Amino acid sequence: MAVSSETVAQLLGADRNPLSRRLAGAGHALRAIGRQPAGAFGLITIGIAVALAVFGPQLAPQNPLSPSSLDFAHRMQGPSSAHWLGTDQAGRDLFSQVLTGARASLIVGVLAGIACAVIGAIVGVCAGSLGRWTDRGLTFLDDSFLLIPFIPFAVLLAALLQDDAERFPGGRTGIIVLVLALTGWPGTMRMVRARVLSLHERRFVERARSQGASRTWILRRHILPNVLPIMWVNSVLLVALAMLGDAGLSFFGLGAPDSFSWGTLLHNGFEAGAVNQGAWWYVVPPGIAITVLVLAFVAVGRTVGGAPVSKAPPR
Amino acid sequence: MMRLIAGKILLALAVLLFVLTLDFVLFRAVGDPRKDIADVPHLSAAARTHLIHERGLDRSLADQYGIFLRNTLGGQLETSYRTDRPVTDMIRAALPETLILVLPATLLAALLGAWLGAVSARRRGGTADTALTGGALTLSSAPQAFLAMAFVLVFSIWLDAFPSQGSEEPGTGTRGMSHVWDVTQHAALPVLTLTASILATWSLIMRSSLSEELHEGYMATARAVGLSPRRAVLRHAVPNALLPVIALTAISFGYVLGGVILIESVFSWPGIGGLTYDAVQSHDLPVLQGVFLVASTAVIGVNLIADLVIVALDPRVRAS
Repeated sequence: MAVSSETVAQLLGADRNPLSRRLAGAGHALRAIGRQPAGAFGLITIGIAVALAVFGPQLAPQNPLSPSSLDFAHRMQGPSSAHWLGTDQAGRDLFSQVLTGARASLIVGVLAGIACAVIGAIVGVCAGSLGRWTDRGLTFLDDSFLLIPFIPFAVLLAALLQDDAERFPGGRTGIIVLVLALTGWPGTMRMVRARVLSLHERRFVERARSQGASRTWILRRHILPNVLPIMWVNSVLLVALAMLGDAGLSFFGLGAPDSFSWGTLLHNGFEAGAVNQGAWWYVVPPGIAITVLVLAFVAVGRTVGGAPVSKAPPR
Repeated sequence: MMRLIAGKILLALAVLLFVLTLDFVLFRAVGDPRKDIADVPHLSAAARTHLIHERGLDRSLADQYGIFLRNTLGGQLETSYRTDRPVTDMIRAALPETLILVLPATLLAALLGAWLGAVSARRRGGTADTALTGGALTLSSAPQAFLAMAFVLVFSIWLDAFPSQGSEEPGTGTRGMSHVWDVTQHAALPVLTLTASILATWSLIMRSSLSEELHEGYMATARAVGLSPRRAVLRHAVPNALLPVIALTAISFGYVLGGVILIESVFSWPGIGGLTYDAVQSHDLPVLQGVFLVASTAVIGVNLIADLVIVALDPRVRAS
């Protein structure tokens, strides 16, 4: 991944085209992350998950939504050569469900994680730039949302929105993304706000201001370029948190039943009594899949946070 | 200092008011309380009218807000759609059961986490540090419901070491010490699960906060005056590193509550979590609202207390 994007960048003429320079930057960053063992583990795992999300439904031996997958004679059966991960309470192949669910699990986590980071960055930049009273108001909002316990609030909000699920874009999955985005932004906001406030005190911003630069110009030229790296680094960790949040909400049965997301599989397995029947093949594979993928995002996030890879490459 | 304390209390009250208002607005902007009542099965038309009148849903929004604030602050929540019981009573019955799990698990995780974090900090970068940090991160990366199910599979189904359902053996009616022993056995596995899933919170913060203290100048002084490395760490570095640990215990209380709700659901524990799981399955909004309000109030209260403790302990905060 790292090599190819850099090759592409070179072919495009890295120092002229801004897009290709950005690609070279991404390649540089990815290679720096991959040099650390934890980072390499994270990148490889995320790569596999992306491949599963793209090709999973094609690779699956069965389409879990088609009626032909029902096989009541062979329900709740353990792993076999016909069904690598056994069958569920309706005799459907669980391996197919885990493969199919990769897409929903990854998309929810990534969308919600990025949404949290973007909302946090926007609110943080506003708080740091728009004067004292805006800052006070937004900081209070941030303090309040930091104190609101996630699961009780998210479960209530998702249950309230559930009535309108058909009219909602993305249905129940969309609701979960919205709920995660609304609750996950305060941490990023704090970091971004502190950065923006300190940037406004820096000499180069003061100089720009004294030379008559407009607020928008300072924002675009000096504030945003210094804030976006924090936002992206944060979004990696927020994806991990969002995936865990999605797993929690889906376990309550708030996810879309036809998505077969890994969290929904945990719910289905629990409701089918898989645990008490010792049917570990129902809940262990999706549970481990979530755990490993969350750990991968955490590993990448920590590697980026620890090493100064978010810096642009030498030009 | 009085101003500092008054400010903290005022902020906590403001956040509480914000949470109440958010709840009120959500129920009217996203949901529709009158439609919710119309959707409740097995309710006579007269009872519906009574419910609507009782909650003031036939009055103006400002009146409704006033009634809502007065009732909620007076500890009077709504009535469950499913059980027809006052939510206040349901939560009052469930709360002690949840505390039986939360308090020991938090204490255990904080002590164990602080100790493991200290071990990591002193061997930073070594094999022990890598294994401990990786292990704690893995446990915290597992969805809590999955961790609970995995623990049930291993300890309860395969090893048959602990019971996995409810908080006591049904039908035995044990009393006194044997009842305490019964509940302890049932609580063991959920407490273990909760401790494992929240351990990283403390071990990671202790690791980074103690590593910082170990490089402070006063540590060199302590060694120079002849303290053993162990004594220098315990007497001088650990107390300083503990302040962030206290702050963290308060901040992560909301996260711990979320964890216990998920874990209780798996163990059919008759606490807030079991209540929440059933309420989601039957779309029992008043119960979910009650859980949200009580949990938020608890988190706000715990954070206020921690803030005051830190003011009392840390002269730097008092001075600023």
